[in-house]
Amino acid sequence: MATVSIENVSKDYGNNVRAVNDVSLDIEDGQFIVLVGPSGCGKSTLLRMVAGLETITDGEISIGDRVVNNVDPAKRDIAMVFQNYALYPHMTVRRNMAYGLTNRKMDKAEIERRVSEAASILRLSDYLERKPRQLSGGQRQRVAMGRAIVRDPAAFLFDEPLSNLDAKLRVDMRGEIKQLQRRLGTTSIYVTHDQMEAMTLADRLVVLNEGRIEQVGSPLELFNKPASLFVASFIGSPEMNLFDAKGTGNGAVRWGDADIKHDLKMPLDGAVKLGVRPHDLVPAKGKTTPSHGELVVTHVEELGVERLVHGTVAGEKCTLVVPAGYEVAETVSVHLPKKALHIFDNKDGKRL
Amino acid sequence: MAVVDASPPIVRQGVKTKTRVQPPRISWSQVGDHAILIAGSLLMLLPVLFAFVTSTHEAITIHREGLQLLPGDQLSNTYGIVMFQGTGFTGEVNGVTMMTNSFILGIGFAVGKIAISMLAAYAIVYFRFPFATLAFWMIFTTLLLPLEVRILPSYEIVHAMGMTNSYSGLIIPLIASATGTFFFRQFYKSIPDEMLEAARIDGAGPFKFFIDILIPLSRTMMAAIFIIMFVFGWNQYLWPTLITTDEGYFTLVRGIKQILQVWLGSNIPEYGQAMALAILAMLPPVLVVVFFQRWFVKGLTESDK
Repeated sequence: MATVSIENVSKDYGNNVRAVNDVSLDIEDGQFIVLVGPSGCGKSTLLRMVAGLETITDGEISIGDRVVNNVDPAKRDIAMVFQNYALYPHMTVRRNMAYGLTNRKMDKAEIERRVSEAASILRLSDYLERKPRQLSGGQRQRVAMGRAIVRDPAAFLFDEPLSNLDAKLRVDMRGEIKQLQRRLGTTSIYVTHDQMEAMTLADRLVVLNEGRIEQVGSPLELFNKPASLFVASFIGSPEMNLFDAKGTGNGAVRWGDADIKHDLKMPLDGAVKLGVRPHDLVPAKGKTTPSHGELVVTHVEELGVERLVHGTVAGEKCTLVVPAGYEVAETVSVHLPKKALHIFDNKDGKRL
Repeated sequence: MAVVDASPPIVRQGVKTKTRVQPPRISWSQVGDHAILIAGSLLMLLPVLFAFVTSTHEAITIHREGLQLLPGDQLSNTYGIVMFQGTGFTGEVNGVTMMTNSFILGIGFAVGKIAISMLAAYAIVYFRFPFATLAFWMIFTTLLLPLEVRILPSYEIVHAMGMTNSYSGLIIPLIASATGTFFFRQFYKSIPDEMLEAARIDGAGPFKFFIDILIPLSRTMMAAIFIIMFVFGWNQYLWPTLITTDEGYFTLVRGIKQILQVWLGSNIPEYGQAMALAILAMLPPVLVVVFFQRWFVKGLTESDK
C-alpha cells in the first residue's frame, strides 16, 4: 500500500503527438482513482506509464517514496488487470495466479496460502484446476483480479477491466471490485471510458481530454459543478442539455428572446453556453417566466421508471426526463430552473 | 452429433409431421459426389496397392509379366531380404539401417527447422532491432531460392567445412526455413500484446516468456509444422545424394535406386525388392500424418489463446 504521485508527466509518441500532456496527480494511500475520458484522451497511456509498460517522456512518477521512471514493471510493486484479462491460456487458474510469485522465487507454502486465500475471496476455490477457456467471462475476470491480489501490491492498476463483459455482469462486477478494494484498502487506479463506471467506483474522479486533465474531484463535485463544457457533457447520463446564449453585460443571460437573471458576480459579455441537466428541466404548463422553451418532441424513450423525451428547443437538441406515465404531447413547454443552470464561456469552455 | 444429424433431412424435404417413416430418398447429387470421391481415392490408392501386390512376387515373374494384380507368395521373403540383408557395394547397409538414417534425417530436419524458425520469428516479432522488417523480408524471399537453385554453393560450403558424410552435414545446412519462420511470425503476431505485458509484470524476462508462455502456446503449431517438415525431410533425395557417398548414411529413398542399379549385367533387377522398399519408405510419413492429423488441422485452423 502506498501513495502514487504523478508529476508533470508527458508522453510523446515521436510524430509530434502528445498522448499525455503535463499531467500532475497525487493519489493518497488506499484511494480509488478513476481516470475517465473518451478514447484517445491518454488515460490508458497514463496508466501504462505508471505500470512501466510505456516509457515516460517527461516528468516523474513515484510509487511510495520511490521514483519509478526507470524501474522494471515487475519491480514496481504493482499489479495490473487487463481488458482482455491476458490470462495464460495453457495454465490452470492456480498456476495463472501463482506465476508471478513463482518468478519471484517465493516460498511454495506461502504461494499456496496466498492463492487459496485469493481464491476464496473471489469464490474461485472450486475452479483452481481449470483452464481459463473452461471459465465464463466473469470468472476469467475474477482470475485476473486474483492474479493481482496474490501479489499484495502497492497499487492495483485496472485497464478497462469490465469492457469485455455483458451489461448485466458489468454491473455485478463493478460492485465486486468496489467491495474488494474497500476490503483490501489498496490504492487503485482504474481506467474506463464509461462515465457510469467512473461515477460509481471513484473516490476521486479524473476527467482527461486530449492528454490533459480537465477536472479532478469527487464524482458528485464533477456532476454538480463541472469545470468545463467537456466535463459537463461527459459526466451524467443522459447528457446535459447545452444551449447557445448571450451575456447581456448587465447581470442577465439572453436566451432566445428572454433574459434570465443570474447570480454571478461579474457581468457577462459575449457568447456563452447555458447548460441544464435533463433531470433538472421541468415540464411546465403555459409560458409564465422568461426561462421557458418549447420542446418539439422527436421521440420518446421508455425506461420503465421514467421516460426520456428527445427533441429540439429553438433548433437545439434537448432531452427531458419525465416520470413514467407522463403523457407527452407534440410540444412540451419546459422551464429552466435558475438554480440548476450551468453557464460556460463559449470561447474556452470554462465554467463561469 | 447424432441428434443434430437426425433432424436436417426432415427439414430439407419440408415435411414437418409424418406419421410413417419413409424410406430415405436417393439423392443423385450425393451419389455423384461420392462417385467422384471414390474415383479420386482409387486413382491415388491403386498404384500403391499394385506396388505392394507386385512386391510379393519374384523378380523373374515381374520381369516377364509386368505389374501384378494378385498377391504372390514371396511376401516374407522379399521383405526379409530388403530389411535385413546387406545390399549395396559394400553389403553393409540393409533396410533397417537405411530406415534409421531416414528417421534421423526426417526428425533432425523437422526439429531443427522448428527450433530455428521459432527463434527467428521470436526475434522478428518481439524485439525491436534496426532493419527488422528488412530482415524478415530477406528471410521471406529465400522462399524463391530453393535448394536446387543454390545447390552448388551450398555443397561447396559444406564440403569446405568437412561436413560431407555426416548426419550434421545432411541436416544442418537445410534447417533454415522461411516457411516455418513465416508461420510462427503470423502465429506470434496473433497473440495479444497484453500477454507479454502481463508476463512482464509477473517478472518474466524474454527467456522465461519464450519458454513459459510462447512454447506451450505454440504446441499445436509446432505439431503441424513437424508433420510437414518430417515428410519433407524424409523425402529428401538430391541433398543426401550429394552429401553422402558413404553407404552407411544412405536413406531409404536413395536405397530404392540403389537396388535397381547394383545388379546390372546379366542379372534381372530386383523389382520386387525395389517395390517393397518403396512401400516401406512410404509407411512412416503416412503413419505420422494419420496419427498427427488431428493436431495438424488444429494447429493450422484454431488457436488456443
